[in-house]
Amino acid sequence: MARLFEYQSKELLKKQNIPVPSGKVCQTPKQASDAAREINKPVAIKAQTWFTGRAAVGGIGFAENPEEASGIAKNILGKTIRNFTVGEVLVEEKLSIKDEMFASITIDDLERAPVLLFSLKGGSGIEKIARDYPESIIKYTIDINSGLRDFEALNLLRKFDIEGKILLQVSRLLVNLVKVALAYEARSVEINPIAVTEEGKVFAADCRITVDDYAVFRHPDLGITYARELDAPPTPLDKLAYSIEKDDYRGTFYFIQLEKNFKKNERYLGFHGAGGGGSMMSMDAIQRRGYKLANFCDTSGNPPASKVYRAAKIILSQKGIDGYFGSGSGVASQEQIHSARGLVKAFLEENLNIPAVIRLGGNMEEKAVEILQNYTKGVPAPVEGYTKDDSADYCAERMDELLKEYKPLKDNKKPEVGLKKVDYEFETVTGSVKFQYDLCMKCSSKICIESCEPNILKLENGAPVLAVSVADAKKGKCTECLGCELECRMHGENGCYVDLPVEDFA
Amino acid sequence: MAILIDKNKRVLVQGITGREGRARTRLMVEYGTNVIAGCTPGKKGEKVENIPVFNTVEEAKEEVGDIDISVIFVPAPLVKNAALEAMYAGVKLVVIIPDRVPIYDVLEIEKVSRITGARFIGPNTLGILSVENGVLGMIGGRAATASTWFKKGNVGVTSRSGGITTSIGYYLSRVGVGLSTLVHVGGDAIVGMPHPEVIKLFEKDDDTNAVVMFGEIGSSQEEQVADLIESGEFTKPLISFIGGKAAKKGTRFSHAGAIIEGDRGSHEGKVKRLREVGATVVDSFDDLWETTRKIVGKL
Repeated sequence: MARLFEYQSKELLKKQNIPVPSGKVCQTPKQASDAAREINKPVAIKAQTWFTGRAAVGGIGFAENPEEASGIAKNILGKTIRNFTVGEVLVEEKLSIKDEMFASITIDDLERAPVLLFSLKGGSGIEKIARDYPESIIKYTIDINSGLRDFEALNLLRKFDIEGKILLQVSRLLVNLVKVALAYEARSVEINPIAVTEEGKVFAADCRITVDDYAVFRHPDLGITYARELDAPPTPLDKLAYSIEKDDYRGTFYFIQLEKNFKKNERYLGFHGAGGGGSMMSMDAIQRRGYKLANFCDTSGNPPASKVYRAAKIILSQKGIDGYFGSGSGVASQEQIHSARGLVKAFLEENLNIPAVIRLGGNMEEKAVEILQNYTKGVPAPVEGYTKDDSADYCAERMDELLKEYKPLKDNKKPEVGLKKVDYEFETVTGSVKFQYDLCMKCSSKICIESCEPNILKLENGAPVLAVSVADAKKGKCTECLGCELECRMHGENGCYVDLPVEDFA
Repeated sequence: MAILIDKNKRVLVQGITGREGRARTRLMVEYGTNVIAGCTPGKKGEKVENIPVFNTVEEAKEEVGDIDISVIFVPAPLVKNAALEAMYAGVKLVVIIPDRVPIYDVLEIEKVSRITGARFIGPNTLGILSVENGVLGMIGGRAATASTWFKKGNVGVTSRSGGITTSIGYYLSRVGVGLSTLVHVGGDAIVGMPHPEVIKLFEKDDDTNAVVMFGEIGSSQEEQVADLIESGEFTKPLISFIGGKAAKKGTRFSHAGAIIEGDRGSHEGKVKRLREVGATVVDSFDDLWETTRKIVGKL
């Protein structure tokens, strides 16, 4: 949630000495009437959403007294505005507005810097105002180190004939607004309107701030638990996926749920891409065949198998999807066997009961396809792997054909996962590797040793142990390649298990 | 001579002892890139692929001599410091591989690049590859793979998607269209060298006769390329595909740069503008290589 609500944005403005109307955020009608009583003046009650234009859809009301405030809050709370269910209202002093102005700061890709935009005329329909009255607009590029100085702000406003007292307040507001943008690393900040009241005071009557997703880690005080650009609040699954990505800098895992309430007459697929550009094209290819996508997901930038596994588990947790479609750029520089192994582990654990088509084109693609297809032979549904010479369109065609042929089992039983007892265990970056030694003793292949890519396992009295220190394994010497577990499943006695917890989301 | 990287350029790797740094240094060296030093603070004296490691860029420069290019593989929160370090040490081209670099950090890198006269590629880039010359970053993943996938020739590639950069390179080579240099400009909203900057270099490059551009929704990079064609600053054939036609407004599909804000950067607008100035824009990605082959064949 890198987008802040109006009330959160206004808190940041206040800290930087920008005047805002006195107000309180409320979750219930009772709280709203209490807030109105405390303010002791006529109030505005405003739905807290991420969108502008709330007034037009009944998201804003005015009340003369606490009783009215309670009634209006009751109407607004729970209302759905553009995908967005209103959970909070801001109750604040109603201003007697004489004039409205506008200010925003956005990061401009042409200027390659933050750009301040000020308009002498503000209010709803600012895009149209900007077109109709270009002479009322100022655009100014901000130096990220020095911000906006007082004299710069005053010089900017010179072209307008603003009365002295108001002029000083507006110029202070602009200077401070730039400070807010720089301090919180905002992708955008907007005050619309800047209200000039009958009494000659200047307020930020509304405000919207979007913080850079990638900078959220530097602003723990904002309490942002989810930093992705979405048009609606994150779902529990979105949040879970984000928690996996947050602290693991190895490769990229991006997930957003696109559909939650599946319609009866539509068919939905779990989508698992690799690389943004190729993923978008693959999505187009499958959507052209009349399927809906339950989610968007991208694992790329050479992620470890563990990250791909968790991505697959999250995709498969979407109950009611009819198929699993994986396709990205098609010619990936990353080692595709890691993706294949991650998928295989998830498919086996879920006893995959929906057809899967995965395009694994890229480095080591032949081996990746072999792992994907051979190691999933035991699951009920068909799993097909493709390489760089198979187009996204062809893969979408195969997906379509498999979906038409395959009848999922009525009652699919997931196998028991994990070991009966654990004799030896070591931690990895995000999980742990476990062994059950009575099975290891029976094993003649000892394949875990040679299948370990970073080469950190050795035999001791016929059983696998770490050849590096426990601390090194946890710090990343164990790359979570899943080689040991999957090869053991295929060629050993099933005595090895890589435990990669994904918070319970059943 | 290809653009940005050739056999003579002296290359440093920052973050050379990390997981990605090690793996990609091997790729670069095996493909023929002249990697002469690496940096990781505190690891002076170590060697990676037989390349000496130093604590700072300045120290590396004193020990091994001038450095033309630095390739950065450090975690995103540390990128700004690494890039500024390289630029202030006099490195004129910095390639920033990591994803998730905070945008205000990029703006500061941008500012310092102006002060120091340096350029940068990325962040969030797969890198640059000049066929049979050298690679910066991770295009191809392994040297043996990169040598098989990309054939030498005279078509330049510039792309806003990493995976698509390799895809275009491979598919063009497969139909017999050889390549000069492949550039992934980076997937973020602000990148050091967007399409128009790369296009200007291709214009000056004798080894490049035509350019294939993979554009995306968001930002105004493709519109700026159209401006260059219109003003006569780019005169070679341009064949392009713009991705993201189906994307929803305001929602990001992976690339931070691929977000439509208001009416700016729309798919329709970009296609229209490029066609207006005479560029070839294909409607289907899969048409890109055959179309390019035909156009290049007539040159």
